[in-house]
Amino acid sequence: MKKNRKDRSTSNDRGGPHSEHAQFVLVGQPNCGKSTLFNEVAGYRSVTSNFPGATVTYMRSHVRLFERTYDVVDLPGTYSLTSLDDADRETQHYLLTQHVDVLVNVMDASLLSRSLELTLQLMELEIPMILCLNMIDEAERKGIEIDTDRLSEKLGIPVVTTIASKGRGVRELFEKAVTLVGSLRKPRHIRGSRDVELVIAVLNRMLKSASDLEIPFSKHLLATKLLEGDPYFEGVLRDSRPDLIDAVSECKKKLGQSRGKPSDEVIGAERHQLSMSIFEEVSVIRKPVRSWRDRVDNVLMHDQWGYVFLVLILVLFFNLVFRLGAVAEAPLVRVFENLTLSLGRRIGTETISASIVIYMIQGIGGGIAIVLPYLFPFLIGLAALEDIGYLPRVAFLMDAFMHKIGLHGKALIPGVLGYGCNVPAVMATRILESRRDRFIASLIASMVPCAARMTIIFGLVGYYLGGNAALAIYVLNMFVIALSGALFSRLLPEVTPGMVLEIPAYQAPRFKMIVMKSWIRLKDFIIIAWPLLIVGSVILGMAQHFNLTGTINRLLSPITALLGLPGEVGMTLVFGVLRKELSMLMLFQALGTNDVLTVMTRGQVLVFTIFVVFYIPCLATMGVLVKQVRAKAMMLITGFTFVLALIMGLAARAVAWLIW
Amino acid sequence: MEDRLTLDLVEKGTNVVVVDIEGGWGARNRLNRMGIHSGDRILVKRSGIMRGPILIEVHGMDVALGRGMAMKVVVSKSE
Repeated sequence: MKKNRKDRSTSNDRGGPHSEHAQFVLVGQPNCGKSTLFNEVAGYRSVTSNFPGATVTYMRSHVRLFERTYDVVDLPGTYSLTSLDDADRETQHYLLTQHVDVLVNVMDASLLSRSLELTLQLMELEIPMILCLNMIDEAERKGIEIDTDRLSEKLGIPVVTTIASKGRGVRELFEKAVTLVGSLRKPRHIRGSRDVELVIAVLNRMLKSASDLEIPFSKHLLATKLLEGDPYFEGVLRDSRPDLIDAVSECKKKLGQSRGKPSDEVIGAERHQLSMSIFEEVSVIRKPVRSWRDRVDNVLMHDQWGYVFLVLILVLFFNLVFRLGAVAEAPLVRVFENLTLSLGRRIGTETISASIVIYMIQGIGGGIAIVLPYLFPFLIGLAALEDIGYLPRVAFLMDAFMHKIGLHGKALIPGVLGYGCNVPAVMATRILESRRDRFIASLIASMVPCAARMTIIFGLVGYYLGGNAALAIYVLNMFVIALSGALFSRLLPEVTPGMVLEIPAYQAPRFKMIVMKSWIRLKDFIIIAWPLLIVGSVILGMAQHFNLTGTINRLLSPITALLGLPGEVGMTLVFGVLRKELSMLMLFQALGTNDVLTVMTRGQVLVFTIFVVFYIPCLATMGVLVKQVRAKAMMLITGFTFVLALIMGLAARAVAWLIW
Repeated sequence: MEDRLTLDLVEKGTNVVVVDIEGGWGARNRLNRMGIHSGDRILVKRSGIMRGPILIEVHGMDVALGRGMAMKVVVSKSE
């Protein structure tokens, strides 16, 4: 086994390679510094984010500690063992089904009272556990002083304080954790009110006597969670002993009646009371040090100034990114053009193998020409905004607007990501709670003009019709996206769960984190989008090699005729499905000129650009859509955007006819 | 009893105590795990314009609640 090998697994490849090393699993609520801690031990390979629910895939790393190798797993942040979104489900499923040697419960020490509720639930897993009070400096700043010995005694598990961002206490934490491997000392149950414990005990006894009910976790936990009405655990019971469901309902009713509120609320309140009483017992609260952060939020989240700054920040951000990109793009494109040309001279363009090589290089070059100049600066900038903690504020500011299109503030994040590349944007829809929200957000994400489509908007409309026209297309696009969102939310009139979003404290951007996060997102593009780009390029090359262009143009002539475009344009639209930015490059080739205006009118340029911007997601996006929202939804999105693009194209034709 | 106060109606800068959380299992659980339960103290820090979200401080943490969510939280003013 290699040392320090890292993989990144998703929920889909469960039951992967089984490890012979002891497993440390990091669990905690979002923003508790869990991933920072993971990076500290794993060597900066996990992505952290100052946006709740950012780690949706979990990270695993082999780590050498004190002369031995261990597996450290970083699970997505979760607020409780009850799953309400995809990230929770992943954590819950992992904890309940996978082998764990030591559970490392990481928490933001300044949020002790709230975080203890998760701790109490984790203790019921009956796995050796250690509590890591992270960000202890933050707690001190808030005036919270914690008696860790007392806390450890109350919970019956070791407690270590750390400041993971400065590497403080991390060694001590793992020194303690190592001693727990193979330990029989399991966390004990902390008992609450008598009447509640009694009902849990009755149910527990009943579940224990059901010997054929085999579950990989404690029946006490199952009993508690059934009383809480958690669908995951209800599913577990339904699968093996559906006959017990009535008895569970009976217990729930009894508990609910005795307390005068639903049983899940009783259990929740019980846990809350316990956490609060432990918190009050082990901590002293002094006057907090008022920080500059509140003052910043007074401006950035202000009713009016908040929006002014939002627009300013976004304008600055996009300007910076795309100006940088424009500077870098031209020389890069030239390098690849020269490479293709000289290669063409050397090996000829006649044979199949030669054209495969040449189109492959064009595919690679196309990727580089998007990635380096646009995508990478974009991702760096976004990661910086995220790390500082600005994104949740944007979600707050935009919540009212997002509700108009049937979503809530959090759904804005995938949309913003889409301006870089639609592939990671569609992936990011996982932070949303309901399937319907994920579908609409995916639709929106795939309609946002990505960096590739941006090159078309600027290269055609921007170049031939001016910068304002290009900007107008962006505004039009936003407007159409909003309308489409509103349309689909009417068609799927399910009430969106509404936003409940933690607004974490601002923090100074950490260079390493920003680079790592951008890199991981870039990897999504490289692994998923780029290979398809290259394959697409080769397929197109073959179509040209075998002179299929004429046939394809004829097949697409209904569309081109409808839009009033020259017939030669047909082929370039196919290119657009495979690689959006190729539509433009191929347009030059198909028309046989670099000055489009000699063969197309300005109106045709506008119609062409608008059609290409709106019509169907690229192949790579379709791929990731199938993964995220299933094939049927992907087909629906593809069909919808195609019809939409036709309508928009016709409208553009009418507008062009009126102007010119 | 008559003038039922929900979180969305509270003016900013006001301290309130949660009396009840209405709504279904999902809404209740989502609020609970953010540290919002009956009996908890909440400071309303900001109430967004145009039916925008509410920003509250609860247990030392800032949480944004969509207006619909805030309407499910019944509160009473604390002295």
